Amino acid sequence: MFRKFSKEDVHSRSNVKSSVQRTLKTKLVKQFPKLEPVIDELVPKKSQVELIKCEDKIQLYCVDGEVLFFQNFDELIPTLKFVHRIPEAFPTIQVDRGAIKFVLSGANIMCPGLTSPGAQLPEAPGFENDALVIIKAENKESALAVGRLLMSTEDIKSVNKGHGVELIHHLGDCLWNFSVE
Amino acid sequence: MSLRDVVYCGVCSYPPEYCEFTGKLKRCKVWLAENHRDIFEQVYGDVETDEAAEKLAASSIGGEREEKLEKDLLRLQSKQENREQRELAKKLSSKVIIRREARTKRKCMVAISGLEVFEIDMKKLAKTFASKFATGCSVSKNVEKKEEIVIQGDVADEAEAYIHKLLEEKGMKDVKVEQIETKKKKKPTGVPGAPAADEE
Repeated sequence: MFRKFSKEDVHSRSNVKSSVQRTLKTKLVKQFPKLEPVIDELVPKKSQVELIKCEDKIQLYCVDGEVLFFQNFDELIPTLKFVHRIPEAFPTIQVDRGAIKFVLSGANIMCPGLTSPGAQLPEAPGFENDALVIIKAENKESALAVGRLLMSTEDIKSVNKGHGVELIHHLGDCLWNFSVE
Repeated sequence: MSLRDVVYCGVCSYPPEYCEFTGKLKRCKVWLAENHRDIFEQVYGDVETDEAAEKLAASSIGGEREEKLEKDLLRLQSKQENREQRELAKKLSSKVIIRREARTKRKCMVAISGLEVFEIDMKKLAKTFASKFATGCSVSKNVEKKEEIVIQGDVADEAEAYIHKLLEEKGMKDVKVEQIETKKKKKPTGVPGAPAADEE
């Protein structure tokens, strides 16, 4: 999604009302229930949330000068900076070492990279198709990408062919390098 | 469950674990060793020899694929290094041109070009100039379709000093900043004619 993205794609920036900020926070917690105890620390009540509207209906939300999450349609998607601060709160899958290189250049993740010995998928029932997942890598602690499942994790295990995860945001893409100023 | 503070590499901006995939590993290592010794030891191990063996054992994708990956990474690294060298050479060989252009009578304006190579944000710099010198200042395209900063008023020397300072901060002290003067009307005062004709 952020293969090509720069300052020129920004349409407007505005500060978010505190009431809207409150609904945003509840929405986040609803999506990722584990965020609840720390949400006030991540998005303090006093902080100013800024909404940056961009090309293709992408909306970025900044908290104190850092993009913490964004929205394409209805769902809120955390950025990697956000994920790194609290990785436990999100559904996670793991790819093997051989796949890291391709993920970092923005490729969708193929099923074999998710089923090989170095990789990890959740136990059954796993995650549904279309679910948002955080991708981390073998022997690494922090996440390297955010993606959306193209088939459920059980299907990935049984089919083991083709695209498994559609990449949304990865280390080193334009959003990662995007500076808010 | 609590928030973590994450350290990002100062060179490539990735978490240190992923530095090896950026092709800037050497510089990343130096940076990490200087700034975060503890993380450095955690990521790269204490002794170089231990590290390699450990990595192979821990990796599950097998020796052959691991080797290939390593080779690919090395190639990426050398590619990156070459590119950086080229860029640096380009930066050092290019120069900034400050052109003073006479308008009516005692008025003149200053145009600065050649800054785009140094990754300086022209719009921002124009804004700073405008408030610093309290004049009009904007970014516009010149005859060669390149961006330049246009400042109203005779501030060529001050602008030059400021740019020198800016370049020094970026670690490029030896970059040439050249001042030339062009007059629109005839009043030759020892100005080299060739560049003037060229610029106009």
